[in-house]
Amino acid sequence: MNRRRFDALIIGGGGAGLRAALQLARSDFTVAVVSKVFPTRSHTVSAQGGITAALANVDDDRWEWHMYDTIKGGDWLGDQDAIEFMCREAASAVYELEHMGLPFSRLDNGKIYQRPFGGQSKNFGGEQATRTCAAADRTGHALLHTLYQQNIKNRTQFFDEYFALDLLRDAEGYCLGVTAMSIETGEPIVIEARTTLLATGGAGRVFWNSSNAMINTGDGLGMVLRAGLPLQDMEFWQFHPTGIAGVGCLITEGVRGEGGYLLNKHGERFMERYAPHARDLAGRDVVARAIAIEIADGRGCGPRGDFVELKLDHLGEALIADKLPGIRELSIRFAGVDPVRAPIPVAPTAHYMMGGIPTNLHGQVVIPARFGPEEPVPGLYAVGECACVSVHGANRLGGNSLLDLIVFGRAAGLHMQEYLRDNPYPRPLPESAAEPGLARLARWEIPGSERVAAISDDLRRMMQAHAGVFRTDAVLREGLAQLDQLEQRLQHAGLQDRSRVFNTARIEALELENLLDVARATLVSAINRTESRGAHTRDDFPQRDDAHWLKHTLYSRAADQVDTKPVRLKPLTVESIKPKERVY
Amino acid sequence: MKFRLYRFHPESGEKPFMQDIELDIEPAGKMLLDALLAIKAQDETLSLRRSCREGVCGSDAVNVNGKNRLACITPLSELKQPIEVRPLPGLPVIRDLIVDMEPFYKQYRSIKPYLINDAPEPEVERLQSPADRALLDGAYECILCGCCTTACPSFWWNPDTFVGPAGLLQAYRFIADSRDEATAERLDNLEDPYRLYRCRGIMNCVDACPKGLNPTEAIGRIKSLLVKRRV
Repeated sequence: MNRRRFDALIIGGGGAGLRAALQLARSDFTVAVVSKVFPTRSHTVSAQGGITAALANVDDDRWEWHMYDTIKGGDWLGDQDAIEFMCREAASAVYELEHMGLPFSRLDNGKIYQRPFGGQSKNFGGEQATRTCAAADRTGHALLHTLYQQNIKNRTQFFDEYFALDLLRDAEGYCLGVTAMSIETGEPIVIEARTTLLATGGAGRVFWNSSNAMINTGDGLGMVLRAGLPLQDMEFWQFHPTGIAGVGCLITEGVRGEGGYLLNKHGERFMERYAPHARDLAGRDVVARAIAIEIADGRGCGPRGDFVELKLDHLGEALIADKLPGIRELSIRFAGVDPVRAPIPVAPTAHYMMGGIPTNLHGQVVIPARFGPEEPVPGLYAVGECACVSVHGANRLGGNSLLDLIVFGRAAGLHMQEYLRDNPYPRPLPESAAEPGLARLARWEIPGSERVAAISDDLRRMMQAHAGVFRTDAVLREGLAQLDQLEQRLQHAGLQDRSRVFNTARIEALELENLLDVARATLVSAINRTESRGAHTRDDFPQRDDAHWLKHTLYSRAADQVDTKPVRLKPLTVESIKPKERVY
Repeated sequence: MKFRLYRFHPESGEKPFMQDIELDIEPAGKMLLDALLAIKAQDETLSLRRSCREGVCGSDAVNVNGKNRLACITPLSELKQPIEVRPLPGLPVIRDLIVDMEPFYKQYRSIKPYLINDAPEPEVERLQSPADRALLDGAYECILCGCCTTACPSFWWNPDTFVGPAGLLQAYRFIADSRDEATAERLDNLEDPYRLYRCRGIMNCVDACPKGLNPTEAIGRIKSLLVKRRV
């Protein structure tokens, strides 16, 4: 079997992986990036509206205000030390991107352009702030390409179109790399590394109606669960308020930041009823719930009353062409509507996973320890949407995702170097370490009558119906029962195509295994949390319950075990922001 | 709807062939990618790349009825039947609709696609006027799908030596950037009978670009900069 060895290994070529890789490529250590797609095809490319940092280019701003908004936006579930770290580092991380060549839009004075986004305030809950830095409405594209370009410059080693199968670990729990396969040839490979970073992105494809790319299948989450490690806060999924109705493609919050607003079938600006102060720029969970209620109560638009309208024609063609050209293109193509003339039909769409692999603020994967609060898994890191550090808490603010990628991508890239210096010699790889990964490939050599595509469709429909915007115990448990059946069907699934070369059917089967694990973690965690907080809304427990639930969920696959760990309410240097009622 | 798909399976030992397929699909509101995925759901041996399904990742460029396009933003209702789908021309086919993009990426890397500025970095952002930033519009948006370069006969004949429209557009993106200090070096890198001057201005690239970009215009600007520095 093919074997390669590096100091550091990054799984995933999106914004988080490439930012960490860049940090390592500039060091004396060797680094390789494994990505199942060519890196610029990663889902970071779809991010539209921007990256949030208190640069104060447009209006007064301070990182402390950004920190407050992020804690409130996350409904106090976010860890305040990590949030302080992110908001404090935000400005320098954005300036770095600018120095790398990211083509930010500009203000008249030549500084980086910033726009208002949802949940942003001045002075700890005061007037709307203007904090999100943008490259038109293609910020993710500009960011991802810039980071890829810098990695070309610094000669990062890329394994493009390689699919990671499982972690390599030894008896003491050290992570020693991964087993992977070349998608082009179908050959397995063992890639050894003293440090491994998971930057595999989200798993939004577990829902039927999703803004996510088809590659977002939670591959890193599956690897972690199979290694016996827990996932944190998997009940928290963000439904973005404005997906194109019936399609799911995203229309950025930046549209509302630039002055667009939502209307129901009576032409009413209904957000005034739900968030009298912030209106259309309330937290995403608040706006998504409002739209869902409008639709459920018969005030939706269209023949089936299943969407609301996003009006922006009053902004004028010049502003739309300059600041929102990408969403105009998407709207014309997918909704058949030119937003310069008519409103865009929108409805909530599954968008972002707040939960993920638990880490500390160096990106080290952490697990509960027998003594003390928690301890790192030696050699294993996670950053970006697959990780839960947790800065987004129960609901992420727009513009904080790209920020998360680069702040913690850099932090992990730095800490991995420290780890490499402290652990200068490779540990021996146990002979059996590659077996679980190879077994995953062998399993799909066995014929079966069930089709992967059919199970995958049924899984996504089930999750849409049973783990959506509004949840109850009964609905979630019914979903879990259906998931049991889907897992049974997976036992009898087989491939029609068992060829080697670029067998995408095999990849989809391996991805489905990961998605099923993500679905189980989500449903079990959601059943367990008997309160409503942020994006997790329980009709049977409509209130936030700080007395019992101001804590993180930890889900492990063995016997669907659910543990908890406390929320870190103590920031690094500033005063704690005490939990209070969350109103916009 | 009627489809003719290019099929090639290197392990079978068979030559490539065109497969006729009839698919029951309502074209209204659907894209070509929806149809290809529906076909794949019935016959999983069909291989293609895809990801974002909204025209920004650049994975699913294919040749449709003779034109290079992204399957995910090509409305089915616009296409004449039988809809003939082939891999991008001018690159080695790995399997079915999947080509080896490496010759394309290699040319992209050859233009040094990154900002070069060795001046000490300020603590804040480098300033750039909105007018200077506007020079990047139409150049930075490239998604590296390869539609333009693989529509260019000059690239078909000289894939090793001609940069091709996508690479040249990116070269221009950095030449045009007021923050980049390597314009002279970039022009030197392109002043070559093959690397730049194999472009004959036939504008296939403009016709093919799914993002509405204009590589020919950017190439023209590079050429005029080269002329200017001679006189």
